[in-house]
Amino acid sequence: MIYHQLIVVGGGLAGLRAAVEAKQEGIDVAVLSQVHPGRSHSGAAQGGINAALANNPDGADDTPAKHAFDTVKGSDYLADQDAAIEMTRDAPDVIYEMEHWGCPFSRYDDGRIAQRPFGGAGFPRTCYGADKTGHYLLHTLVERAYERGIKMYIEVFATQLIVEDGACKGVVAYDMINGGFLEFRADAVVMATGGAGRTYINTTNAIISTGGGMALAYRAGVPLKDMEFIQFHPTGLFTTNILMTEGCRGEGGYLINDQGERFMSKYAPTVMELAPRDITARAIQTEINEGRGIGGKQFVYLDLRHLGEQKIAERLPGIRDLAIHFEGVDPVTEPVPIVPSQHYTMGGIDTDMQGATPLPGFYAAGECACVSVHGANRLGGNSLLETIVFGRRAGAAASAYVKGKEGGGAPAAAGADPAAARMAASVEELAGRGTGEDAYAIRAEMTVTMKEHFGIFREQASMQAGLDKMLALKERVARVGLRHSGGVFNLDMMRTVELAGMIDVALATAAGALARTESRGSHARTDFPTRDDKDWLKHTLAYAGDAGPRLEYRPVTLGTFEPQERKY
Amino acid sequence: MPEARFHIKRFDPKSGVGAHYDEFTVPYEGSLTVLEGLFYVQEHFDGSLCFRYCCRAAVCGSCAMYIDGRYRLACQSNVNHLKGDVIVVEPLPHMPLVKDLVCDMSEFFAKYETIKPWLIRTSQNPEKELPQTPKERLKLDMPVDCILCGACYSSCPSVWTEGDYLGPAALLKAYRFEVDSRDEARRERLPYFDNERGVYRCHTIANCSEACPKELNPTEGIQWLKRAAVRRRLFGRLK
Repeated sequence: MIYHQLIVVGGGLAGLRAAVEAKQEGIDVAVLSQVHPGRSHSGAAQGGINAALANNPDGADDTPAKHAFDTVKGSDYLADQDAAIEMTRDAPDVIYEMEHWGCPFSRYDDGRIAQRPFGGAGFPRTCYGADKTGHYLLHTLVERAYERGIKMYIEVFATQLIVEDGACKGVVAYDMINGGFLEFRADAVVMATGGAGRTYINTTNAIISTGGGMALAYRAGVPLKDMEFIQFHPTGLFTTNILMTEGCRGEGGYLINDQGERFMSKYAPTVMELAPRDITARAIQTEINEGRGIGGKQFVYLDLRHLGEQKIAERLPGIRDLAIHFEGVDPVTEPVPIVPSQHYTMGGIDTDMQGATPLPGFYAAGECACVSVHGANRLGGNSLLETIVFGRRAGAAASAYVKGKEGGGAPAAAGADPAAARMAASVEELAGRGTGEDAYAIRAEMTVTMKEHFGIFREQASMQAGLDKMLALKERVARVGLRHSGGVFNLDMMRTVELAGMIDVALATAAGALARTESRGSHARTDFPTRDDKDWLKHTLAYAGDAGPRLEYRPVTLGTFEPQERKY
Repeated sequence: MPEARFHIKRFDPKSGVGAHYDEFTVPYEGSLTVLEGLFYVQEHFDGSLCFRYCCRAAVCGSCAMYIDGRYRLACQSNVNHLKGDVIVVEPLPHMPLVKDLVCDMSEFFAKYETIKPWLIRTSQNPEKELPQTPKERLKLDMPVDCILCGACYSSCPSVWTEGDYLGPAALLKAYRFEVDSRDEARRERLPYFDNERGVYRCHTIANCSEACPKELNPTEGIQWLKRAAVRRRLFGRLK
């Protein structure tokens, strides 16, 4: 048994920021991570992080209030307005803090942080470091975590929450390097494990973005909020879905169809390529569906050639490398084949503005959480911001919670690790089943089902068929056996345990989407093409039930910005 | 359908059996990365195979391996671009092993931590950002792209023969902060790189620069540090 006052699960931006905050509060905090924190998926973010610094000459009139309005409008009015206002108000401070900690942002000649235009933003307010902003921010926080002497358990894979007496008291985790299960006891837990992109076959996300933390919370009775809202990024590479940042269009890139037309003029005549992601992704998919993909195929072009080699080298060097290595195309001389790709889970573990969930002692932050600031559609540049703003808040709130509870999370009997022993027994049971069902065949069916039935455009009959398929997969996953048991770095065990969680999380998406009879943000139904504020200006809460998710609803916090039709 | 033949080095320290190679043939359409091939093997042929993975887009540094006799990221290595009938996949050489393609990175990260890899400030920070000109920022371009994959460290003969040597990645990180116009360490990092464990163990063999999958140049950074060490010893850091 290992005990710390506070355990943070996940070593990306949200988790590390929470841990740094807790350490500052004098709390004994430890970070658990499936990968070395510097390898977390936060590091794959490219284009930038939003804050109304008003550094860009075209953004001199920018303010946090305008940032909040853009965020709420971008969310199709599903974001909680108080949360969006607080996040955007905190934004400049957290940027300056990251800069003071060494983040290598790109600069203007006068030495200030450079900002670029991004979709759905009234001003150029996306602070960036070339097209590697996530990598730079992540390494800055990893460095700060080392500086603060934060204890990190690296390559430890969380498999279960420990809930006793109605409160969260730690997690059980697989020790990948030494083998076996460990019981991490704590007075509180902050979950920061990222999104669930890998429930879709066509995702930009890292292979470890499997919604693990969401699944652990959901099974412990914590609701998942607004899971039907899945963001499709307009520009993933055609063959791999690897991200081509929105910064490509922020720097002036074009989207081109088979007729050589900048087709965004039909969908967002004012802002063109810099429409929000939901609108741009639908526009591209419409062009493809109507036969105007390049050569009639399933992609269009992202054209950067007119930016010139020098600008691409300076602002988009990572994009150029990725396009060359993964698509065999040099953006300096050729247009890049792109396709809309699953990119972000707007929904997540239900939290308030301090990261607290309905389960005492259990907090969440970052993509695995849903505050909600992104509502039905997240603006580019707001996710990095969310991780740091709400990571910090969750760290502070969890620290306040654990003060005075020292040792309360430790089990009564010293040396007893009952939860870890139960976990080990359940894995042994999995191993004893032989090979009934093939976990990897189920995974492949799930990811295709989610793409085909809960993709960019949705409709009743297709979603019902998809939900039925997913429920059947849930039954099958209960019959999976392990091919390889015990030992160290057991991918077969980890990926099997992970799969069951992915199906639960994907089912929450499926059920929420089927129930919501309107179109809002990323949730676009061909059978209900308009937004319905009378009946659906509310958050979905999915609770784990025996026969799939049970849905409840909660009103959206309004009060500042009157919902209006969303035009760009 | 084309096929890729993999020879994968296997090793389980707990098995009592020595290292050996297993062969697997993976069918694919169009293109296949080595990382995708490893997943195919793990899913279809041998559930016990293990390897590190995360971003699959050459930015996280998880999957550095020795592929066909070169340091590469498995995710960035397309089998169509590899020569020969058989693709040989081995873990990073000269590193202790956990199992199969997973090597023990604990010493690598311990050495990284040694050089105080964080921005050191002694004066009060302003309310807004610390100003940094594009020219000052340009000096960071190379070292801040390091993904800590360990390829350079594994490739360095000085690391092989002198176990205490910090190695190229840790020293590149020291360089990253020592050239940062915002960093105010005068001599704080000096004792950690200005010694026989540090920069003087680099004999400019430059394997690190050749091994780096991000095409960075740790050797250049280390030579800069050697010169800086002399100046810092005499004067501390000058603005």
